Amino acid sequence: MSIGSDEIEHIAKLARIELSGAELEKFRADLNKVLGYIEVLKTVDTDGVEPLAQVTGLQNVFRKDEAVESPLTKEIIDNAPEKVGRFIKVKKVF
Amino acid sequence: MDIAFSSIKELREGLDSKKFSSVELTKEFLARVKKLDPKLKSFITVTEDQALADAKAADEAIAKGEQQILIGIPYVAKDLFCTKGIKTTAASKILENFKPVYDATVVAKMKQQKAVLLGKTNMDQFAHGSSTETSCFGPSHNPHALDRIPGGSSGGSTVAVAAGLAPFALATETGGSIRQPASLCGVSGWKPTYGRVSRYGVIAMTSSTDSIGSVARSVEDLVLTAEVMAGFDPHDSTTSKVPVKKWGENLPKKLDGLKIGVPKEYFVEGMEKDVEARVKEAIEEVRKLGAKIQSVSLPLTAYGSMVYAIVAPSEISSNLSRYDGIRFGHVTRDAKDLYEIYSKSRGEGFGDEAKRRIMTGTYALSAGYRDAYYLKAQKVRRLLVEEFEKVFSEVDLLLCPSSPNVAVKIGGAADNPLFGYIADQLNIPGALAGLPALSVPCGFGKPADGESVDLPVGLQIIGPQWGEEKVFQAGYAYQQVTEWHKIKPKGF
Repeated sequence: MSIGSDEIEHIAKLARIELSGAELEKFRADLNKVLGYIEVLKTVDTDGVEPLAQVTGLQNVFRKDEAVESPLTKEIIDNAPEKVGRFIKVKKVF
Repeated sequence: MDIAFSSIKELREGLDSKKFSSVELTKEFLARVKKLDPKLKSFITVTEDQALADAKAADEAIAKGEQQILIGIPYVAKDLFCTKGIKTTAASKILENFKPVYDATVVAKMKQQKAVLLGKTNMDQFAHGSSTETSCFGPSHNPHALDRIPGGSSGGSTVAVAAGLAPFALATETGGSIRQPASLCGVSGWKPTYGRVSRYGVIAMTSSTDSIGSVARSVEDLVLTAEVMAGFDPHDSTTSKVPVKKWGENLPKKLDGLKIGVPKEYFVEGMEKDVEARVKEAIEEVRKLGAKIQSVSLPLTAYGSMVYAIVAPSEISSNLSRYDGIRFGHVTRDAKDLYEIYSKSRGEGFGDEAKRRIMTGTYALSAGYRDAYYLKAQKVRRLLVEEFEKVFSEVDLLLCPSSPNVAVKIGGAADNPLFGYIADQLNIPGALAGLPALSVPCGFGKPADGESVDLPVGLQIIGPQWGEEKVFQAGYAYQQVTEWHKIKPKGF
């Protein structure tokens, strides 16, 4: 299976990364190399095997649902590149 | 006493007996950084003023009788650890001027100890790479041969320790990023069991394998750092309540009865012959210490890097979606709507390797491909884990090389999208299974490119999940009968 130019543009859009024409071509070739590399993985028999997402064995780690004051609100807002007063400024969503 | 190449233990004794102060130590290391780092490029940020102030505070606390194992000891942290008020760049343009508002848990633990942070070290951008060449500040240089890579992604950390610019470093691993550069730079590196050390405040890459470890001159020193770093953290729900032992209290000189497996698949085709020879000599040394060596087989090893080539970019594409140009980091000056804030900020701010991995991961997780790639990889991952469990029912530890080769020339890795998957093929399977491991220096070898230069080789020691104790014991005992970890790079 190999990835074409339309598809690589679609992936860049999904990933929200603006890429130049040269970059698109380069990553298309790279992605095809990676896909070629992992092709042989398909030959491993995994019938009946459950996918493994993590190895800790921990499940449902809960803590008490208690409200805690964050002392950092101002600092966190200060880290935003665009702000007005105590608000982060963004372009309109709709 | 050569302060620059002293162990943490020796520095501790010197500080406690008032042979020198923390301020003197700190000045000595900072002077070396100033003199030597222009050719090594192991630092991104030097925190000179803060370091001297912290050292002064440590001296005052020592004078008052405060006792902590790392009090007054200088160290460096990979620039992936959030340090409050100190630039934390992940060696990227998108975080070039980012100052975190809190400390990573491990950094906070170092502060509680009153250890002295000298600065933040270079790395592959977002820890994506195995050579430190993907750093947007340029590559670090291997002190054993300045025209060669130090390995990566924690290359700045291993260079700083190898060149005597710091006694130890905080570093991170996702698929070899401590063991491989430790091997290439001739220092000792610890990759913990996944869940052993808190990842809170460490910039995320592949959350299901990201592990926080350390780099030092010896296993004994690594143990001192590990005892401070390990343990449950309410801020990281993957950290375990499995008890942290006082590993340092039980470090043996002999390894009688220890059962060690040598996985035949880890002596791969294309491995450099000097690497193979040094590692086999090291295994002989371990046998002489009383361990029983047997050959074992892990037939799925070759698939490890392929699983990783899907799982890592998938998790990366998800983790790196937080860099949106809105809350922190680089923002474009050239956007007409919200979509362009995202796409242009990210297009301008990410380097090639981050873009490549985000694209790969986005593809692997996209509609129609998730089952074929991501789920398939996770299924093979389970088989890999089960294979390790089976082998560890027969043996206590595995011994193998940390890297199939010694350091290659700078530029040799830069634009090969598969370089890391090949460089780390001996580290990735264990990382996917969350296993603890060490890389310890075990001699020198000539590179395959034919140049007549002696470069460090690393022995890898892998243990079962939560099996740090025996991993440290084997590494310590090996270093009691060998001197490789004491050899300084020429000219430093």
